[in-house]
Amino acid sequence: MNTSLATGPLPFARDFALQLLEDMLRIRRMEEKCAELYGAQKIRGFLHLYIGEEAVAVGSLHALRPVDNIVATYREHGHALVRGLSMQSIMAEMYGKREGSSRGRGGSMHLFDARTRFFGGNAIVAGGLPIAVGLALAARMRGEASVTACYFGEGAIAEGAFHESMNLAALWRLPVLFCCENNLYAMGTALSRSESQTDLCAKAASYKVRTESVDGQDVAAVYETTCRAEQYVREGNGPCFIEYRTYRYRAHSMFDPDLYRDKREIEQWKQRGPLHGFTARLKQLEMLSEEEFLALDAKVGAEVERAVAFAEAGDWEPIEDLALDLCAREANK
Amino acid sequence: MKMSYREALREALREAMSADSRVFLMGEDVGRYGGSYAVSKGLLDEFGPDRIRDTPLSELGFVGAGIGAALGGMRPIVEVMTVNFSLLALDQIVNTAALYRHMSAGQFSVPVVIRMASGAGRQIAAQHSHSFENWYASIPGLTVLAPATVDDARGMLGLALADPDPVLIFEHAQLYNLEEELSADKVSEIRSARVRRAGSTVSLITYGGSLPKTMAAAEMLAEEGIDAEVIDLRVLRPLDEATILASVRKCRRAVVIDECWRSGSLAGEIMARIAEQAFYDLDAPLARVCSEEVPMPYARHLEEAALPQPAKIVAAAKAMLGK
Ligand SMILES: Cc1ncc(C[n+]2csc(CCOP(=O)(O)OP(=O)(O)O)c2C)c(N)n1
Repeated sequence: MNTSLATGPLPFARDFALQLLEDMLRIRRMEEKCAELYGAQKIRGFLHLYIGEEAVAVGSLHALRPVDNIVATYREHGHALVRGLSMQSIMAEMYGKREGSSRGRGGSMHLFDARTRFFGGNAIVAGGLPIAVGLALAARMRGEASVTACYFGEGAIAEGAFHESMNLAALWRLPVLFCCENNLYAMGTALSRSESQTDLCAKAASYKVRTESVDGQDVAAVYETTCRAEQYVREGNGPCFIEYRTYRYRAHSMFDPDLYRDKREIEQWKQRGPLHGFTARLKQLEMLSEEEFLALDAKVGAEVERAVAFAEAGDWEPIEDLALDLCAREANK
Repeated sequence: MKMSYREALREALREAMSADSRVFLMGEDVGRYGGSYAVSKGLLDEFGPDRIRDTPLSELGFVGAGIGAALGGMRPIVEVMTVNFSLLALDQIVNTAALYRHMSAGQFSVPVVIRMASGAGRQIAAQHSHSFENWYASIPGLTVLAPATVDDARGMLGLALADPDPVLIFEHAQLYNLEEELSADKVSEIRSARVRRAGSTVSLITYGGSLPKTMAAAEMLAEEGIDAEVIDLRVLRPLDEATILASVRKCRRAVVIDECWRSGSLAGEIMARIAEQAFYDLDAPLARVCSEEVPMPYARHLEEAALPQPAKIVAAAKAMLGK
């Protein structure tokens, strides 16, 4: 494993760099709070934290446009936030409150937002891939210049849906960005224990899908690579598969005792943390001082506090509304 | 001896693996992770990775491979993490396992056991809370079990393995922590329903994760002077009609409690059979308590409202008695 941090000049301006840093910090602090709230039983059910992987969502989503479609998994809090859902509506959703993005019906795994074309947290592994193919097909047939970005873990690659989607997207030259977040583990199963071919790009390439592989802990590299891929896809050349090499610091979910990996491995990856690496780089480039960092962190902290207060003050959806929005037509029994 | 439902399942696995070298367990995270519901915890160390076989996320592939291994002379136990993901393997279960013996005119059989967690109640929302026991129970060629007690969790697996045809076992996720006294006599058959509480006024017919709720409802009814009988189906296919009908003929009223959605539920099938065979023995129209016909919501109060609950069972029984 490469333990060195990315260094050197950035391919974009300071303002944008600070925006990337702030978004990573927003995900981190929001999720740290979520973990705490889970302990306090304010958030229930499944909770899959993205801590350690923030650079992937931040760098890649900043490469996309408002017209683009996003399809995500159950580990999607960060994607939702960066895409433009308010932290308040995310937090309220986690509380199960009516003010949440799905009125409390979805919880942490099912964040949706039509306004930002965020087609949801799908909690069936690989369930989002065929949907992304269809969204891209619709865009193509309607003559829209959008790209559909579909996020999934490396575990999803073992599912038939992955292979069928690769083939369809390539066969029909559809504008799909397949964003594979390779954090090396699918629950307790290491990649090498689940794939005969662990070179993920080779799999995608076998369908004649263009591929990229990038250090997912380096937000600048994630951004650049995604921009390149996005351009290729948007120009009508067909889909692209991007492997983001990353790592989750926390357990798979709050139910996971995390006994299947070496604690030293986790510590090693933490040394290459996306936040701390990028902060160090910005300081080295004299784009950020410690005081500025602390001020940014305080600003983000205040946003988290506001989100929690908002969720706390929220209401419950009335039980009478249980069947509301089941179908456009009222009775469906 | 007191034992949890989870430990009972583990003991059953251990016993089966020790008794027959053809038996092996495979599924997602059954080994290193220890099973997503910790059922197989520790078994990897005991039996090794060949027989406690972790699979990739390939439900169609590994369930099909289990069916193939059964055809090839092994006795596989396939664990599908939850019924929700079994939908990805539906083709192999329905189009292959269930049909093989009949299609081949008895030349081939598929002695596979497929276990999976099912049900709601843990606030894990719409895609992780399904109950599709009714779908599987509608398929000729399958045997479908729903252990609801520690005794059944301990005893059913071995009996399922001894069956020459495919057997599906549904473990309701709310039952894993259930603790009960393990009986000295092991369960010896997977063909009949059981009377879990004898009564005379209304027959409450249920299975799986709804059994504890139904028992609680029966207690509540008893406090109001209503003597309910509780039937635990145990086996969802083939249905033990004799036990169901005997109870209904005695009580002359029946409520079926089933966590599946009402339309097309197993409850509907049971009511139809009662209506076909015991219509003139009834003193009141049949009733059922099922899940509300909505995807399972995350928020606790909505999830509780969507599921069968003791109070709803009590209300249905009382309505039948004009109370
Ligand atoms: C079809 C299906 N099978 C199993 C599961 C249970 N499950 C949820 S997440 C997960 C691991 C997925 O790993 P990966 O795709 O690498 O994504 P990560 O969780 O690492 O982000 C499993 C096995 C599921 N949700 N859907």
